[in-house]
Amino acid sequence: MEKTLPKIEIIEKYCKGCHICVEFCPTKVLEMQGFVAAVKNLEACIKCMQCELRCPDFAIKVITE
Amino acid sequence: MAFDYDKYIRPGKLPHIWCPGCGHGIVMKGLIRAIDSLKLDTKNTAIVSGIGCASRLPGYMDCCTLHTAHGRAAAFATGVKMAKPGMNVILVGGDGDGTAIGGNHFIHACRRNIDMTYIILNNKIYGMTGGQFSPATPTGAKASTTPYGNPDPAFDIAKLAIGAGATFVARGTAYHAAQIDKLIAEAIQHKGFSVVEILDDCPTTFGRRNKFKSVIEMMNHLKEIAVPVKAAEKMSAEQLQGKVLTGVLYKEDRPEYTSEYAKVIERAQAGK
Ligand SMILES: Cc1ncc(C[n+]2csc(CCOP(=O)(O)OP(=O)(O)O)c2C)c(N)n1
Ligand code: SF4
Ligand code: SF4
Ligand code: SF4
Ligand SMILES: [Mg+2]
Repeated sequence: MEKTLPKIEIIEKYCKGCHICVEFCPTKVLEMQGFVAAVKNLEACIKCMQCELRCPDFAIKVITE
Repeated sequence: MAFDYDKYIRPGKLPHIWCPGCGHGIVMKGLIRAIDSLKLDTKNTAIVSGIGCASRLPGYMDCCTLHTAHGRAAAFATGVKMAKPGMNVILVGGDGDGTAIGGNHFIHACRRNIDMTYIILNNKIYGMTGGQFSPATPTGAKASTTPYGNPDPAFDIAKLAIGAGATFVARGTAYHAAQIDKLIAEAIQHKGFSVVEILDDCPTTFGRRNKFKSVIEMMNHLKEIAVPVKAAEKMSAEQLQGKVLTGVLYKEDRPEYTSEYAKVIERAQAGK
């Protein structure tokens, strides 16, 4: 079965660049690009939702189907 | 599927005012998930706060909200609950708001056992006003008003609540984000005065002064000090040094105030 990847939406207007999502993603999917978080390696995402759960700023959504 | 927080947030209110990495947003998300899991009617749910960064929380929530005077959330919330005993009443505030200026309101609401849930966001400092020490600031910690280290011991807020008579007391942390909604939901369901203390971070006024290099260090610190109550049962006093217990710490059934007050009304109307 082929692995389905989620869509990770980062609302840049809300992101305050705290690094929490980058640090606590277990598979290093995210990185900081300047001031805001960005997706670096979507392939590695295991859809654990940790980033969405921990972001203090409502800035990250992991959309699975 | 992504959780739909927007459903519970007043349109146009985000981004919120909290600093980068401030745990208050993490707690707010936990509260939203708790409200969602219990399917509470937001039109029948009042969220009441005093003053402080933590107390700004209700302003974002698409519920019935009251942002009141510093330390006075419990008094206003008691008024709401007495006028509308069927309403879900949730208080939110900081350690300063709740245990310094509002300390008396806090202990007497516990003693009275009125059916409400009080979420205390304990970042161990007065965040909003620039980092003065609070009754929850640890001994030795630096605050703008204790530049040489705090000589006072800190309140253990959960113990204070138990001692004062709260009938449900739980503690979580901003690091243990997935547990927050569960603790709050259980607190809301409990009939009586419930206290949920969430150990939180204030990177801006506490972290910087106390040698935390980053938000991540503060989060990891919360991770390290927390011990679930069940795990603590198997640990020695030595192993528990410097740790804090998390989970449901206390639960008791005791007559609830609005029900007791209804009986007073009945007796008075019957003239005996
Ligand atoms: C009567 C009164 N006294 C003092 C203040 C100033 N004041 C505003 S917020 C605050 C402390 C807030 O600390 P806390 O409740 O811990 O919330 P935090 O900002 O840390 O989230 C103080 C002393 C005030 N607003 N009103
Ligand atoms: S869902 Fe999990 S694995 Fe995917 S980006 Fe978020 S934290 Fe990383
Ligand atoms: S956790 Fe949220 S606010 Fe912090 S960097 Fe990631 S997306 Fe931005
Ligand atoms: S000052 Fe502290 S408590 Fe207030 S928003 Fe900033 S980090 Fe949060
Ligand atoms: Mg505080």
